[in-house]
Amino acid sequence: MPSVTSTMAGTIIEVSVGVGDHVEAGQDVACLESMKMQMYLQAETMGKVSAVKVGPGDFVNEGDVILELE
Amino acid sequence: MVSKVLIANRGEIACRIIRACQALGLQTVAVHSEADTEAMHVRLADEARLIGPAQVAQSYLRADAVLAAARETSADAVHPGYGLLSENAAFAQSCRDAGLVFVGPRPEVIAQMGVKTEARAIMRAAGVPVVPGSDGAVADVASAQAIAREFGYPVMLKAAGGGGGIGMQVCHDDAELEKAFKLCAQRAQAYFGNPALYIEKFVTQPRHVEIQVLADEHGHTIHLNERECSIQRRHQKVVEESPSPLLDPELRAEMGAVAVKAAQALGYTNAGTLEFLVDGDRRFYFLEMNTRLQVEHPVTELTTGLDLVQWQLRIARGERLTVQQDEVAPRGHALEVRLYAEDPVTFFPSPGTVSELAWPDGVRIDSWLEAGAVVSPHYDPLLAKIISHGPDRAGAIARMQEALAALRVSGLKTNSPMLQRVLEHPRFQAGTFTTDFVNQELLAPAKA
Repeated sequence: MPSVTSTMAGTIIEVSVGVGDHVEAGQDVACLESMKMQMYLQAETMGKVSAVKVGPGDFVNEGDVILELE
Repeated sequence: MVSKVLIANRGEIACRIIRACQALGLQTVAVHSEADTEAMHVRLADEARLIGPAQVAQSYLRADAVLAAARETSADAVHPGYGLLSENAAFAQSCRDAGLVFVGPRPEVIAQMGVKTEARAIMRAAGVPVVPGSDGAVADVASAQAIAREFGYPVMLKAAGGGGGIGMQVCHDDAELEKAFKLCAQRAQAYFGNPALYIEKFVTQPRHVEIQVLADEHGHTIHLNERECSIQRRHQKVVEESPSPLLDPELRAEMGAVAVKAAQALGYTNAGTLEFLVDGDRRFYFLEMNTRLQVEHPVTELTTGLDLVQWQLRIARGERLTVQQDEVAPRGHALEVRLYAEDPVTFFPSPGTVSELAWPDGVRIDSWLEAGAVVSPHYDPLLAKIISHGPDRAGAIARMQEALAALRVSGLKTNSPMLQRVLEHPRFQAGTFTTDFVNQELLAPAKA
């Protein structure tokens, strides 16, 4: 099952998609803050969001799953 | 009476302040988050108190937790460092209310300088040049042109209700201003529902030059010359130096005198910095005042021979500043680079654990880093400040280049390659850079 994972450790500021949404490859799906810098996490493949694993304020490590796609 | 100082900060500056306290025979208290339990500043201090979880909002920014730690440890003074609570007037006031000496200026001054429009008005009243502007909406094209001619083209036309560069344009003469006025007003109306425009003088070839001031509580104020901080990325300083290649003794004396006069008008005490923009014609304009210790204070220390943090503590405990203005002459040249945990190409943060670390010789290192240290994504990416000193600018640059070539950090990425590119760049070496340097020379695609 494809998923979107975090590219680095940090705190989730925002998840901009919800379960059932369709995402395109390259689309911004979440905003992450690391070392006082904010950056966007993108979906690598297209698909429909089947699960959102994190929410604003959650701390994630590199490789943690943000979204699951189907 | 000050005998025990609580340091309300972390990282390299907490270590720096603890060492200054030790040199003065003062006891020290560190505060820390759960992420910093093993950090160097915690081990350096005589005592330490845990004040919360990793997130700064729940630990280092918690004024109540910091004050509780001071009470529990019977500290009698608080040094806020930079960032975090250092420019929080309410925190400074709370320290005073709790009977603690706050190492910094009076809370009222922190509050005044924290509101940028108020700071600008106060500075102008004190005779400090600010970027000339209409200070409010201009009625029509004719009055805009009259104001523009008064302080000279080019000017920047800006939407009063706006931001983000929308409805903003540089105009070089009356004709351009007339054309831009209609367009900007239309865009301002469309985007912000308000067509009002104001104008400001456009500062060409801007350089960021700041003046360090030091004032005791007995009315004696001096300046410690300038720091050149034009090498920035996203308003984050990367390389700083003193003296500035732009200033001659006359301009230095003039800017210094203005800064001292402004500090006196404010009733300023302790260390502070007035930031200025200097334009291509070497005119200077007040930007803002930082009512605290600056990150880049070491370049001033190496060129004046004064320990700024020790003087902050001595002034806070009521001592007289015994240094006179004519004793402060620049000695040689100092250069500081900020070593960040970031990818030198993408500039993305690079948190991680330091596996190997070897500092270069022949330079000053202000750092909290050691082998095994965890660089957490919760805090800013500053790993170390490396400061070189030489008889002249070329000597200081050469020493820094040797230092960066010898630096070894593994386990995470650092911006060292980017710093080396700055130092070897002909425009940096010629000293003719402006605040656009990083964008123009390091980020722009290679020219054919």
